[in-house]
Amino acid sequence: MFLGSECLLFGGLISTYMLYRGRHEGGPGPAQVFDIPLTSVSSFVLLMSSLTMVLAVNAAKVRDDRNTKLWLTVTALLGSLFVGGQVYEFTAFYKEGLGFTTSLFSSSFFTLTGFHGAHVGIGVMMLLALVAIISRDRVTGDKAEVVEMVGLYWHFVDVVWVVIFTLVYLIPA
Amino acid sequence: MSDTAMSDTAMSDTAMNDTAEHAEAHDHPTNRYFIWTAAVLALFTALETSTYWIDFGSFATPLLLILMTIKFFVILLVFMHLKYDSKLFGALFYIGLGLAIGVYVAALSTFQFFAG
Repeated sequence: MFLGSECLLFGGLISTYMLYRGRHEGGPGPAQVFDIPLTSVSSFVLLMSSLTMVLAVNAAKVRDDRNTKLWLTVTALLGSLFVGGQVYEFTAFYKEGLGFTTSLFSSSFFTLTGFHGAHVGIGVMMLLALVAIISRDRVTGDKAEVVEMVGLYWHFVDVVWVVIFTLVYLIPA
Repeated sequence: MSDTAMSDTAMSDTAMNDTAEHAEAHDHPTNRYFIWTAAVLALFTALETSTYWIDFGSFATPLLLILMTIKFFVILLVFMHLKYDSKLFGALFYIGLGLAIGVYVAALSTFQFFAG
């Protein structure tokens, strides 16, 4: 249910961006600011974090706490790397004259990717919290199920980026 | 119990164990399977990115949309485990996905997004 509501949120944000991506009213447009090689590396990093997440889930299923914590930590690190890339990208865009209120394109772009970045950031915090809870053996209920639930959220965040990367960055306006 | 009956029972137990292990292998994909899946997804991502440097002409957008859809469903079915879950979950998801796509296509149509 929660992921369903998140799908509707991102569906609305993506639709709004698709409507306004040509509306840069004299300010920089997508072709002027987007750094596709950098964003491709970020996409690859987030994709690999999905792999490390399923490895964590598999480790949790066989009650291997050590590897569960290891893969959860690696996933959190990769997620942080992704967010770092987004922060760098936003500051670079700002220096090139693309602020949040510059144009309809910039507002919709920063809102969409900002919300996604926030979801990744929250996911990183959830992962680190889970590592701490597992370390203290404070997981209530089935540990593997808890890790799997966090994993579903993380994969959702990755799948949204798959859509954003293609529609926002790769398909020409 | 005769030797033949005991042997039949043992073979039946072995067959049942094999079936259970086979079913379990499908329920819990191995790490190797996930790694191969991630490698395929990485390859698709590289192919998508190549459209930035290689001019695919009018094929670029359809190719990107197809690759995006494939990656979406691979992550959904394999990493999010929908392939191995109850069919009810799959049905619930696809109905929701279809409704969401329908809603946003309708919303974009009101702004004449598809009118070119």
